[in-house]
Amino acid sequence: MIKLINIELYKIFKKWRTYIGFIAIAILIPVIEFALRIEGQRTLDFMTRELQQSFLFVGNLLNTYFVSYLILNSLTIHIPFLITLVAGDLLAGEATAGTYRLLLTRPVSRMEIVSSKFIAAIIYTFLLILWLAVLSLGLGYILLGTGELMVSRNDTIMVFAQNDILWRFILAYGFAVLSMSVVASIAFLFSALVENAIGPIITTMAIIIIFIIISAINVDIFQNIRPYLFTSYMGTWSMFFDKPLDTYEITKATLIMIGHIAGLFGLASYIFYKKDILT
Amino acid sequence: MNSEKIIEIENLSKQFKDLKAVNKLNLNVYKGDVFGFLGPNGAGKSTTIRMLVSLIAPTEGSIKIFGKTLKQHRTEILGNIGAIVEKPDFYGYLSAFTNLEILGKISGKEISKNRIMEVLELVGLDKRYKSKVKTFSHGMKQRLGLAQALLHDPELIVLDEPTTGLDPQGMKEIRDLIIYLSKEKQKTVFISTHILYEVELVANRMIIINKGSAKVEGSVEELLSTNNVRVTFEVDNQEKTTSLINNTAWINKLDTTVNGKFIFNLSPEEVPLLNKYLVQNDIMVAAVVPTRSLEEYFLSITQKASE
Repeated sequence: MIKLINIELYKIFKKWRTYIGFIAIAILIPVIEFALRIEGQRTLDFMTRELQQSFLFVGNLLNTYFVSYLILNSLTIHIPFLITLVAGDLLAGEATAGTYRLLLTRPVSRMEIVSSKFIAAIIYTFLLILWLAVLSLGLGYILLGTGELMVSRNDTIMVFAQNDILWRFILAYGFAVLSMSVVASIAFLFSALVENAIGPIITTMAIIIIFIIISAINVDIFQNIRPYLFTSYMGTWSMFFDKPLDTYEITKATLIMIGHIAGLFGLASYIFYKKDILT
Repeated sequence: MNSEKIIEIENLSKQFKDLKAVNKLNLNVYKGDVFGFLGPNGAGKSTTIRMLVSLIAPTEGSIKIFGKTLKQHRTEILGNIGAIVEKPDFYGYLSAFTNLEILGKISGKEISKNRIMEVLELVGLDKRYKSKVKTFSHGMKQRLGLAQALLHDPELIVLDEPTTGLDPQGMKEIRDLIIYLSKEKQKTVFISTHILYEVELVANRMIIINKGSAKVEGSVEELLSTNNVRVTFEVDNQEKTTSLINNTAWINKLDTTVNGKFIFNLSPEEVPLLNKYLVQNDIMVAAVVPTRSLEEYFLSITQKASE
């Protein structure tokens, strides 16, 4: 199995499209951090405009933690597209290229092949988020330095001491990996269904956009649907910046995400196992 | 003929929605056979081969390979089969060597770098081992297809239209390789094609299928010896040849003339006789080319069956 995973990762990282995500993040993060270095104080002032009448803010609040927190907010919009580029191609790409015929005529079970590809997709997702984290926090450290983290949570300003921040980021990025793995799982499922990689990418993005819109609009009819949409739980990473932590909600969201991943992978495996290879 | 069955197909059927691609097909391939699997386009050859290498599941029937049921012993069986299924597709962004290296790692056997170079040399691609496959011509991909099929030294080699798209030299090289594998390496080869001539050259046994069912099965020698051959005679003096054969019974055997070439329908025994007759009458015969088409042979088989 490890041999198969290595082969899948090798194939993934030999493709140009794999690096689009890494390059996009490598461009996006410096642009955001340079922009915030120049304009960030205005954002902070806007956040604290009412508090400044009563409190005096000292220290470096426009720091790497603050910027990384803002960048994480954009996760649900930008990163899924980068994930689907690779995950959507994993099975459908083999069908398009005709290489299913090479792969599936070897003495390896279909379950092993689909599992290795899925694990490779999760590893890619992990590496992409890790890259986001390293670049976001690392470049932020160089450009903006460290300090306390001030964030706005449910109309409340929360301030975290420096020694109380890093573990929250680690868990937040960990949850981001989990929620992006759900995105990868959806793309993977569609990849098992079709013979063209464009289909899974477009379909997954369409699902995410529709679900995000339904999750975001405050209409009564959508209130009942929301608990069943995975997108409603994608923002749970921000709960790691609550005091105290709402462990019940975090655990619930984590289990829902894991359930989605397991269910989607199970379905993709079943479809792949039963699939007649006609390409 | 060896009596050990390598492939046993019984009542094999495959239904795709409204289309019955394969219909109660039965066939046996014995150890050491070069087995020609013939049929016109759309006859069900590729569907059968896909079932043979477990790419698609049969609707009915059973496939036994090496005496074991494919469904239950899939992994074990595939470890001893090398196959080209339809056109040879590879990971174009990887080199020929890397493609084989990857496939070698999942072939169930330890494949050394030397072995990879050995098969690349066998198919004449050793000098291009570093080149990305996307830079390869169709013929080169076809050779690489053969290399991957031979990589793990399988007992059974399944080749689906292996000479499609190749130039005459490439076709000959592939045929020579099949003969080499059979004679020198004692491999069992299952070769699908729609070119009867190809089967005549390399196979010892054959089956013809159409619309998913077997029409005729047996030894190539027996099946083809009873039939007339379309033979093209290329001669130096067309006018003299025309007047010469107009005065003999050979005129009844003349089918047509195309671009100064004379095409006859002859029995295998008549071919040398006509050649001798022309030469003795001072006609220089430049070439004698048998061109029996599967379609004609197939028609003759079905006509016989209906009589």
